[in-house]
Amino acid sequence: MKKRLTISSLLLSLFMLLSVLPASTAFAKDVVRIGVEGAYPPFSKTTKDGKLEGFDIDIANALCDKMGVDCKLVKQDWDGIIPALLAKKYDAIVASMSITKERKEKVDFTKPYYKSPARFMHKKGDKIEISKAGLKGKSVAVQRGTVSDKFITGEFGDDVDVKRYGTQEEAYLDMNAGRVDLVFADAFVLLEYIKSDKGKDYELIGDSYTDEKYFGEGIGIAIRKDDKDLAEKFNKAIKAIREDGTYDKIRKKYFDFDIFGE
Amino acid sequence: MDFSIIIDNLPLLFKGLGLTLQLLVISLAIGFVLAIPLAIMAASKSPWLRLPAKAYIYVFRGTPLLIQIFIIYFGFSQFEWLRESYLWVIFKSAYWCAIIAFSLNTAAYTAEIFRGAILQTPKGEIEAAEACGMSRWDQYRHVILPSAFRRSIPMYGNEVIFMLHATVLAGVITLVDLFGAAKIINSRHYAPFESFISAGLFYLAITFTIVFIFKLIESRFLKHLKR
Repeated sequence: MKKRLTISSLLLSLFMLLSVLPASTAFAKDVVRIGVEGAYPPFSKTTKDGKLEGFDIDIANALCDKMGVDCKLVKQDWDGIIPALLAKKYDAIVASMSITKERKEKVDFTKPYYKSPARFMHKKGDKIEISKAGLKGKSVAVQRGTVSDKFITGEFGDDVDVKRYGTQEEAYLDMNAGRVDLVFADAFVLLEYIKSDKGKDYELIGDSYTDEKYFGEGIGIAIRKDDKDLAEKFNKAIKAIREDGTYDKIRKKYFDFDIFGE
Repeated sequence: MDFSIIIDNLPLLFKGLGLTLQLLVISLAIGFVLAIPLAIMAASKSPWLRLPAKAYIYVFRGTPLLIQIFIIYFGFSQFEWLRESYLWVIFKSAYWCAIIAFSLNTAAYTAEIFRGAILQTPKGEIEAAEACGMSRWDQYRHVILPSAFRRSIPMYGNEVIFMLHATVLAGVITLVDLFGAAKIINSRHYAPFESFISAGLFYLAITFTIVFIFKLIESRFLKHLKR
């Protein structure tokens, strides 16, 4: 009995070893693991039954299609999205990440796949003037570690009470509860919220901010610095889906205006 | 390891440390006060007193603190009537929501510690108190509770340390405690190692201080048990 147990456990471990080994070599199609956020509608969100969807998700799948690889989407909270890339939990980030100087020190980026301004959102009827004086003492919700966080902290940090949230959705919850006066975020993301049932009492206010010092040169795909080949493949694939109309087809699903911004 | 990140952000970390200590001390104080009647009720023979206290302890020990915080902070704020009532002054602020959640939680654990200690009171002590003609109230005040507290010291020291570690959950509801500060530093510099290690060292230092304080308390109050 004991012997049989040893043999079977040996067989089992051998089997497990074999099942792990060929993953990278034997299959014809390579697998590219892509980190996504899943809590940033309309770019990425998790549906009620746990599926991922959104602009980023569709773009990621379309790019993998063009590169002839299998996509494996990995959901990761924004806070740890760059560290997890560096720790090789996945090979690329398609999560509406702005290409900024600070991030470039840690990772490489592809060419931008869209561009978006940032704006303030507030409750209709609230009288708030968007200026340093007008915002004094107001509380502004941002998602922690985003370009919006950086902009508010840098430009208004001394005057406003910056509330930082792990996800954009938590910021909306506190806006609904009346705990914050304004939300500052990507304009497309805010517009999606205003379109939704919960956001109908809110509106955008103030200018569109695109200051390159904070917002970088657009939204790109982040890749580890030692992965130049993959970056090149992604760049080619972005060009390809732009040319064959796939990009526009996906874009029309979510926005009725251009977001690529030549 | 980039030490300049830690040094540049020391002011932020110290601010976080201040909030962490504040949350810890206030919630422990409220929790301690709540725990005494709860423990007496839970140790009581009457089911009318015992069952409500037991139910409270069961609910707060049986659910994760994170869920309790989310319910109190994000959950309650969904109710219109609460937002329009005077209570909203308290529930609007993340700070008080954290204090409420932490206090209620530590009250349940502390009550359970005290309850066990009360039940362990040697029969002889109670009989002696009765023989002296003490009322039930006097028995609790002069005999049962003092000796129960003494017996609880080592376990309560543990609860204080657990509570310190539980205060990191304040960081998920916009408060910038030690952990919240570490998360901000991490998101600014993409340096998880530097930011979380430095926060971890702060927590270690506080834990050692707590252990030291409880050593002092034990050597003062548990002298008679020394071998």
